[in-house]
Amino acid sequence: MSIAINAKQCVGCGKCSMVCPGSLIHMNADGKAFIKYPKDCWGCTSCLKECAVHAIRFYLGADMGGMGSLVHTEKEGDVLRWIIDHPDGKTSEIRIHTKQSNQY
Amino acid sequence: MKIERCKTDVLIIGGGTAGCYAALTIADQSDAKVLICEKAHIKRSGCLAAGVNALNAYITEGRVPQDYVDYARKDADGIVRGDLLLTMSERLNQVTEHMERLGLVILKDANGKYVARGNRNLKINGENMKPILAKAVEALPQVTIKNHVNITDFFVKDNRIQGTFGFNIQDGTMYVIEANAVMIATGGAAGLYKPNHPGFSRHKMWYPPFNTGAGYAMGIRAGAEMTTFEMRFIALRCKDTIAPTGTLAQGVGAKQVNSLGEVYETKYGLTTSERVYGTVSENLAGRGPCYLRTEGITPEQDDSLMKAYLNMAPSQTLKWIENGRKPSQQNVEIEGTEPYIVGGHTASGYWVDTKRATTIEGLYAAGDVAGGCPQKYVTGALAEGEIAAESMLEFLRSHTPVPPEEAAVQEHLAEAAHFLTTDGGLFDTEQLEDAMQTVMDTYAGGIGTNYRFHEKELGIADDKIARLTELSDQLHAADYQELMYIYELRERLLVCRSVIAHLKARKETRWHSFAENLDYPEKDDAHWKKYVNSRMKNGKLEIVFRDLVEEGQNYEHCH
Repeated sequence: MSIAINAKQCVGCGKCSMVCPGSLIHMNADGKAFIKYPKDCWGCTSCLKECAVHAIRFYLGADMGGMGSLVHTEKEGDVLRWIIDHPDGKTSEIRIHTKQSNQY
Repeated sequence: MKIERCKTDVLIIGGGTAGCYAALTIADQSDAKVLICEKAHIKRSGCLAAGVNALNAYITEGRVPQDYVDYARKDADGIVRGDLLLTMSERLNQVTEHMERLGLVILKDANGKYVARGNRNLKINGENMKPILAKAVEALPQVTIKNHVNITDFFVKDNRIQGTFGFNIQDGTMYVIEANAVMIATGGAAGLYKPNHPGFSRHKMWYPPFNTGAGYAMGIRAGAEMTTFEMRFIALRCKDTIAPTGTLAQGVGAKQVNSLGEVYETKYGLTTSERVYGTVSENLAGRGPCYLRTEGITPEQDDSLMKAYLNMAPSQTLKWIENGRKPSQQNVEIEGTEPYIVGGHTASGYWVDTKRATTIEGLYAAGDVAGGCPQKYVTGALAEGEIAAESMLEFLRSHTPVPPEEAAVQEHLAEAAHFLTTDGGLFDTEQLEDAMQTVMDTYAGGIGTNYRFHEKELGIADDKIARLTELSDQLHAADYQELMYIYELRERLLVCRSVIAHLKARKETRWHSFAENLDYPEKDDAHWKKYVNSRMKNGKLEIVFRDLVEEGQNYEHCH
C-alpha cells in the first residue's frame, strides 16, 4: 500500500504533508511533495483528498495483489469521485455522495 | 536546542477521537484552558483517518444500556469492568446525536429515526468523521492545538502528574508542558508483532500503524497500574487488505465458510475471539483457506459494497477492481491479523476508576488507551472522552498545578540530545523493530505460531526483548522524525514486556487465539475470574490480581 506523487502536477502547497497521519510526506528542495517512507503508508487516502490538483495516486503493493491500477479522488460539489486509471489505459469511476449514508 | 515552556489547565495527549471530544466537552462546560498535543495533525490522525463505515456501539430502539454491557461481558468472557461499560453505554446515544449535529451523516428512515444495522449498529457515511470533529475543535478559542508535537514522557512526582515532555517532529522544538490535569488519549499499540505483510505493505494493517503504545509506555514508566494486557486483540479481516469483515457479515449476511464450502462459524462460537480461532482451526485441519461467502449477492449489493469500502478501507475496493471479480463472483478470503493491544476492542489499558482517573493523580485516560471497557469503538471513545473531561473539570476545582522539576526536565533533554548526537551503533531503528516483531511472532504467540504460546517461549521472548531494549540505547536519530521513531520503538519494546508478563500471569485459556496458553489450554473459572494488573517498580513489572468490578459500583483507587 502506498502512494505516488506526480512532481510535475504538484504545486507545492504542502497540504498532503500536513495531513498525513504518519507524517510520511515531505517537501523536497524544489518545494515538491514526495513520500519519504513509502513502506510506512497505511493507505488511508487522506492525502488524495487534500490534493486540489490531483497529483497523488494510490495503489496496492504487489504483495497485496496490486496490478498497477492508480486511484485518485476529485470533489464535485457533494460528490466524491474515485477515479481509477487501469493499467490497460482505461479509466473507471465510482461516485460517492458525501451526504448519503452507506447502505451497509 | 530550542526549548518552549508552556502552561495549561488541561493537557490532552493525542488529538484523535477521544481527545477531540474531551476538548469539545471542556469548552462546552467551562472556560478552562486546553492544550492538545498531536504527533500528526488532528484533521486525520488516529483511527478515523480513512473513515469509519458504521457506528458499532449504539443503544437501538427497544434496548437499554445494560444490554450493551451484557454483550461486551459475554464477548470478553467476564473479564470486563461493569462500572466502566455501563457509564459508557449510558452516553452512547447522546454523543451520536452530537456528532450528527456536527455534520455526521447517519442513515434515517422515513420517520426520521436512525436505521439500525443489527442490534447495536448505525449506518453512516463516516468518511469525513475525523475532519468534522477536528473542525469543531479548531473553532474553540480556549483550545490550543499543537500539531506534530510528539509527547514522550510524563513528569510525575509523588504520584502526582505535573506535565509532560515532548518535541516537534518537524522543527525540533522541545516542549516542557506544565498542566494541572492531563488526559492520555494516544490510542493502542500496533506493530508489536510481525504483521501479515512484513514487506512493502507492512503498514497495511488493521490498526493505525502510527499508534505505537506511547500512552501505555509513558504510564508504565511512571508507575501507573495497567490491566488485562494479556487480552490481545486479533482482527478477522479480508485477506491482504486487512479491511473490515463486519460490513460483509452484517451488511450482506455473508457467513464464514471453509474451502469445502462448509459454514464453520457455528462450530466454534460467535464471540470475536472464537471467530478468529475457528478460522485458525479450519486452516490447521487442512480445510483452508477460509472465506466470507459473498458469491450470489446481487449486482446492487456489489455496488453498495464497493462504495461502503471506499468510505473506510479504500484498498478493499481497489483489490476487487484489481481482481477483476466482484464479491458476487468470488467469496472474500479472510485471515487473522497479528495481535494488537487496544482498549477499544478488548480490555487492555490503564486501570482507571469509574471517573476514568488513572492511578496517577491528575492523569485521566480515555479511548483505546483506557482498559476494562472493551467494545467501546468510536462512540464509546467519544463517551469516555466526555466522562474523562468532566472528571478533569472536577479535579481542577480542587487542585493547583505543580511545576515539573528542573532536574527531570534536564534529564529528558539530555536523553533526546543523546539520540541526536551519538554516533550510533551498527543497528538502526528499523532493524530493531523487525527483530522485535520477529521475537514476538515466534515466542509470544504471533501469526507464525497460530497465536499459541507456552511459558518457556515467553521466557525466551522476555530475554530477547530485554536485549533489544539495551541495543536501542545506541540508536542514532538524524532528524526529529527519526527521533520520534526511536521513542516509538522503545515504547513498543516496553509494551511487549508488559504483554509477555501478562500472558505469563494468566494461567488459563479464557480467550482462544487472543491468549492461547498451551500450558493451560482450558478455561478455569474457579481461579481466574479476576483481572491481571501490573505496575512497574524499580524497573520491574509486578503483577497484581484484582477482583471483578460490577456495574452500579463506583470504583475508586486506594492510594
